[in-house]
Amino acid sequence: MSELRKNVAGRPAPTEANGKIQVPYCGFRKNEFGDLVSAHKPEGRRAAPRIRSCADYPLRGDKRVSDLRTALEKCGLKDGMTISTHHHFRNGDLVANAIFDAAADLGVKNLLWFPSASFPCHQNQLKHLESGVIHHIEGSMNGPLGDYCSRGKMRGLGVLRSHGGRYQAVQDGEVPIDIAVIASPTADPFGNANGVTGDSACGLLGFALADSQYAERVVVVTDNLVPFPCVPWQIQGNYVDFVVEMEQIGDPSKIISGTTQITKSPDRLLIADYVARFVREAGIMKDGFSFQAGAGGTALAFAIYLKEMMIEEGVKARFIRGGSTKYLVEMLEEGLTDYILDGQTFDLDGVRSMRENTNHVNTSPFTSYNYHGKGNFAGMVDAVVLGATEVDLDFGANVVTHSDGRLLHGIGGWQNCLFSNCTILAIPSFRDRIPVIVDRVTTLCGPGELIDVIVTERGIAINPRRQDLLNSVKGSGLPIRPIEEIKQEVERIVGGAPAQPSLADDPVAIIKWVDGTVIDTVFRVNT
Amino acid sequence: MGHTAEAGRRGAKIRSDCWVSFESGVTGGIAIDLESKVASMYGESIRALAEETMRSLGIEHASLRIEDAGALPFVLAARIETAAKRALPDLERSHLPERIDQSRGKTTRDRLRRSRLYLPGNEPKFAPNAGLHEPDAIILDLEDSVAHAEKDAARIVVRNALRSVDFYGAERMVRINPIPDGYADLDSIIPENVHVVLIPKCESASQVNGVADRIDRIRAAHGFEGEIFLMPIVETALGIERAYEIATASPTVIALTIGLEDYTADIGAPRTSEGRESQWARSAVVNAARAAGVAPIDSVFSDVADMDRLRLNALESKGLGFEGMGCIHPRQVRVVHEAFAPTEMELEKAKRIVAAFEKAEATGSGVVSLGSKMIDPPVVKRALRTVRLAGQSRTSAGGSADE
Repeated sequence: MSELRKNVAGRPAPTEANGKIQVPYCGFRKNEFGDLVSAHKPEGRRAAPRIRSCADYPLRGDKRVSDLRTALEKCGLKDGMTISTHHHFRNGDLVANAIFDAAADLGVKNLLWFPSASFPCHQNQLKHLESGVIHHIEGSMNGPLGDYCSRGKMRGLGVLRSHGGRYQAVQDGEVPIDIAVIASPTADPFGNANGVTGDSACGLLGFALADSQYAERVVVVTDNLVPFPCVPWQIQGNYVDFVVEMEQIGDPSKIISGTTQITKSPDRLLIADYVARFVREAGIMKDGFSFQAGAGGTALAFAIYLKEMMIEEGVKARFIRGGSTKYLVEMLEEGLTDYILDGQTFDLDGVRSMRENTNHVNTSPFTSYNYHGKGNFAGMVDAVVLGATEVDLDFGANVVTHSDGRLLHGIGGWQNCLFSNCTILAIPSFRDRIPVIVDRVTTLCGPGELIDVIVTERGIAINPRRQDLLNSVKGSGLPIRPIEEIKQEVERIVGGAPAQPSLADDPVAIIKWVDGTVIDTVFRVNT
Repeated sequence: MGHTAEAGRRGAKIRSDCWVSFESGVTGGIAIDLESKVASMYGESIRALAEETMRSLGIEHASLRIEDAGALPFVLAARIETAAKRALPDLERSHLPERIDQSRGKTTRDRLRRSRLYLPGNEPKFAPNAGLHEPDAIILDLEDSVAHAEKDAARIVVRNALRSVDFYGAERMVRINPIPDGYADLDSIIPENVHVVLIPKCESASQVNGVADRIDRIRAAHGFEGEIFLMPIVETALGIERAYEIATASPTVIALTIGLEDYTADIGAPRTSEGRESQWARSAVVNAARAAGVAPIDSVFSDVADMDRLRLNALESKGLGFEGMGCIHPRQVRVVHEAFAPTEMELEKAKRIVAAFEKAEATGSGVVSLGSKMIDPPVVKRALRTVRLAGQSRTSAGGSADE
């Protein structure tokens, strides 16, 4: 019987979720290199799918079947299985919905949907959650799905993982994938696939990499079938069981995310300007440095301001971690960085650059974030700029729930990126009336040990653990302020700290830390 | 049925504002029907504020429906008061939010006025962060940015903002409506520590004097100190002709500014980005202001996306003799400040004055002098500011707020 116990962060963690024993978050330790790393150290052997033989596959390499439903049947789809999908098509994905429509047709129940992320376009799955075709979701739950989960309507507990945590869960067998369905902008009949060409081009397919290697059965779905060989093969056909042609797998206008617009908000531009100046004044911006900035409006504006400063001071980066956009591509093409190491492409310039420029390199959660790798890239990034919904006085932050307790966002690579040498949260000090700096975050997603700087339009707060950063920006003219002071100022503006939302006692989702432990629990909202 | 009225805004795109409907009653006390995006966090606080507002207004029985999209308390109070006053036009009492300490700062005649950032009077969501962009002044606008039917609402929003919003040291300006409509604006905002009143469509000395007299009467009634200055806006052919007369009408006039949108319409010329059609009028304003011993301040540049042309425009303004200009977007502030930054020569002079001041301080002398010339304290203060701001301009718009 599952019970809630407090983990070392003082947050409730169930001992069991969806029938699986859970390890509570156990904080940090110093490793032999003096680095602050997660204390949890799992043992044993990596999971692996059953041995296959090429003798069971067509010698001439044609693995096509007539449709998705047939592919699912041939994969042996049955009640209670786990189906994984990836989110490279973002809000333009048509495949994940089609899978569960087909599963419903087949009369299958209690499936676990294991997407690398979900989007509002996936609200189609609500009816399959209602009817019991989908038992629960382990992956980010955005918009309507988050709302559904928050209201406690899902049959199982939601499990939210970072991109790296998803790779970890696949590798250590926490989530055995029965069937991986990989939507592929271009593929050949053997199952080689890529994301750089085709109407639904999305750049790369890194989020499907683990799925292709570890799932029992792998289906590639495409609307742009080319004769063998499909080059480059970002997904290797040697892992693929079946290939399905669909008329359309994505809506190109929505694959290119709307978030690649630079913000017009004067306050967010001010925040971006502060972040860029901080990176320069703290001495991070120097020849050979590296940074990561997402595709949110503030992060893009930061990249543009930083670019101006780099040109001004003749500084060149060694690499930039994407989410790539036109703006990062321009930096690559103008010689301001040697490489873009790209986890997902957000616009057509990103896709084109990845296709044409060998220095625009596709990466995966394995290279960048995975806990069971022999290292990963996240810690090698000099500075990363991220968002958050809330942050507390100890610099712990929330990225999945709003202050009213509703689950509305996924973790993405956010937790993994916290291991950068300088983690900067660029956030407005309040949204509408809701303060962002709070006494206790609604849901803890990132421990304060790893969050170094909070940049708001009302000033910059540096984590007292980072005395080095505090010293480095002394006399810079930047508005460095204690986090408590910014909090008090905002509370004066908004009319006091918000009341705690009343939440029910029953968990609706758990939040995993990068190592697979449970860092916090999301509870049902009373509405 | 009681008297009913509505105020505020609602709809999918409205944020940080609210909509209120009010119905007066004769029994039953105050009934509040609240729908709020932030209900779980601030629902109780909103109800308490609505009840407090009703008490202040002296209303015992009424029904309120509030649809809130995250409005700040000063906005909620303003919308509730507006709805009540629209329903009950004879209502004389007001609900005055608590005055914050930061709203009490005074101004001086010689302040830098390179930029004034316009805030539409009925659009409260920009107010709390306006000062963070470090304009020399913020200007709460009751005139052209406010629809005629919302003048009453804007007056209350602006009054509340003056009491409860921290503008981070920016000078506090209000643009009233043209005289005579503007008199009602003065009654509502002058008690709230306004530093500079902008008089639009100004065409005569008597309008300036009318405003100055009205301000004096309000001050006498409320008994408060502190300077309140005037900045007439000349924006008609007649106004330009009478610019000197207007600039000298009252000793409280500290600056004269020009409104080019109205002026070009008045003379029948299309407004171009090169501005040849208004060159003469701009120079006439500079000349009249200098002759009157007040600061000439330029109009606004309306293409908020074009920073390069804004820079050229501001440099040209400075070249014509203007000391500042209006900004309609926070992003314009930095560009304007850079353009109006002191030249090397101006900076040198300021540094010499600062050095003389420091010497006088060190020797305990109360008198600052440069060569044989005594330097007045306001000039010293301004020189200190010039030097400090010049130091800041290298790191752009950041740095500390005004002292």
